[in-house]
Amino acid sequence: MRSLPTPIRALLLTLTVLAALFPLYGPLVAGDAYDFYLQKVTGILILCILAVSLDLLVGVTGMVSVAHAAFLGIAGYTLALYAPEYEAANILTALPVSLAAAALASLVIGLLIIRTGGIFFIMATIAFSQMIYYLFHDADFAGGSDGIYIMVRPALIVGDTEILTFDNPHTLFYVTLGSLVGIYLLLRAMLRAPFGRVLAGIKENENRVQALGYNPVVYKLAAFVIAGTLAGYAGFLTASQYGYMNPAQLSWTLSAHALIMVIMGGLGTLFGPILGAFALEGLHYVFASWTSHWELLLGLVAIGIVLLLPGGIAGLLLRLCARSAKAAAPDTGEPAGTPAPPRPVLARTPTTTATGGGALKMAANKEKS
Amino acid sequence: MDLSIFLIQTMNGVQYGLLLFLIASGLTLIFGIMHIINLAHGALYMIGAYLAWWLTSQVGNLFLAIVLALPVTVAIGIVIERFLIQTLYKRDHLDQVLLTFGLILVFDSLQSMTWGNDVHSVPMPEILSGSIALTDTLQYPVYRLFVSVVCALIALSMYLVIQRTRLGMIIRAGASNREMVQGLGLNIRNIYTLVFAAGTALTAFAGMIAAPISSVYPGMGSQILIICFVVVVIGGVGSIKGAFLGALLVGLTATWGQILVPEFSGVVVYALMAAVLLWKPRGLFA
Repeated sequence: MRSLPTPIRALLLTLTVLAALFPLYGPLVAGDAYDFYLQKVTGILILCILAVSLDLLVGVTGMVSVAHAAFLGIAGYTLALYAPEYEAANILTALPVSLAAAALASLVIGLLIIRTGGIFFIMATIAFSQMIYYLFHDADFAGGSDGIYIMVRPALIVGDTEILTFDNPHTLFYVTLGSLVGIYLLLRAMLRAPFGRVLAGIKENENRVQALGYNPVVYKLAAFVIAGTLAGYAGFLTASQYGYMNPAQLSWTLSAHALIMVIMGGLGTLFGPILGAFALEGLHYVFASWTSHWELLLGLVAIGIVLLLPGGIAGLLLRLCARSAKAAAPDTGEPAGTPAPPRPVLARTPTTTATGGGALKMAANKEKS
Repeated sequence: MDLSIFLIQTMNGVQYGLLLFLIASGLTLIFGIMHIINLAHGALYMIGAYLAWWLTSQVGNLFLAIVLALPVTVAIGIVIERFLIQTLYKRDHLDQVLLTFGLILVFDSLQSMTWGNDVHSVPMPEILSGSIALTDTLQYPVYRLFVSVVCALIALSMYLVIQRTRLGMIIRAGASNREMVQGLGLNIRNIYTLVFAAGTALTAFAGMIAAPISSVYPGMGSQILIICFVVVVIGGVGSIKGAFLGALLVGLTATWGQILVPEFSGVVVYALMAAVLLWKPRGLFA
């Protein structure tokens, strides 16, 4: 993964600082609605974690998963089931248990579907996502369709001292923001490492990666489990924030919304999906304040992105940077600092040919028989 | 369990499976021939059901409603293909997922804006509302038999059109090599439009004839879409034969599951899918 152009780095840094200072200026700007907005922003930051981890699959490795929210839901439900009824669950034990549940679920589902690709992978992820939805929807121990409550929010307790508690919205806000920054930097480092290069190679051409001596299945499965576990972390935070889990939080529609965030923000850029999450949730909030039929507007936005904004917000920003860098140094051609156009965004190769031709194969078989 | 109950459930399962085949065959045709994944396929099933309910309440007869509604759904299919899907042929699956998911949101909102969020039922046509006596005490509704027969006839005619006609030959050729078909002087764009409109009409028709059996409600599209994905995953993507057998397998599993393991009836078809994927990772007939 290439290093980012300076203006984009500056933008991301500014946005992070702006977010971190929100509790300082928020009450002045929002007044009485501050508590609501703090909760809203925390919720969006959690969705950012979901979107960034999905980008590892979709944008980097080229695996279009529509089951990502299932792992968020599984970890959230695990916390709800693990937490004692009338006291706070200790993050020290509850977090590993929740993450392990998400990791295990993604490993099992991953093992079943990782060998498939293209459209088959998409359909299978949607179907498994729905299976998990029904498992929790029909399960009495998990509250069925009503969902399940977490009466007391988790706290970090070492020995007998409570170090922090998610009961405090500011604590949860800063933990979420810090986690997002940490996960983003971790994934960036991972993509620079050989592991990430193999993943990017798989997206470009899986057969060549195999010819180079790597086993693509192992790498894809590893990416699926890492991304699923990170989605589980987002689920742990979601359950901690709302104190409530219901089957809608593991439905495939939430996964599809996360996909919109990734695509709207910019595929394979990692920072794009964060911008996409804020953009989509912002639009959602604005539309919902206008009309009860906000889904119509959101649907039109999704269609509009496909038709008008390939590469998403990040693609647009990277193109702008590339253009201004060129304008600044017209004679030197391509100086070392010039950011190359974002290849993974622009050079989208159609993957259809690999899986196509099924209908004729069927037809040929029929004629033979 | 009583043998006669088992028999009735089996007939219900076959009927459900045949209905699923109508929907899943459209999905698999559109993928097999056009390489497009259409998430909005279920939304068109819902539109079909709502049109049948609304028109039946206007004209008083389901058959007349179907005759009036079918051209509308064909037109919807043509418009979607010409204005939206055609931009997607050179894009990857991700753009297709996003655009057709956007279409789901649009159709769902249009449905709730036009027809509201209530659950509706459609009266059965008078002549088919009776039952046939299977034994002295057990009866089977004529309408369900009628649905099974209609679906089976459509499946058969689809097979004949694809295998035995010139049009079917062109469609099969287009699936395997689109450039070559164009090189032979055929307009592949019209064929794609035709296939998409036919797929749309099939799923909408399924929604119309299923309306008197299952009620008409918001969100019915997404539910049927995912069951059809299970059918296609089990049968193998792009395979009509796979879709047919997958649909029957899913239909029978779902109805038997309801009486054998009622507490897990929502999950049995997915368990079946997981088992098939373990055994044949690309589906039974890929």
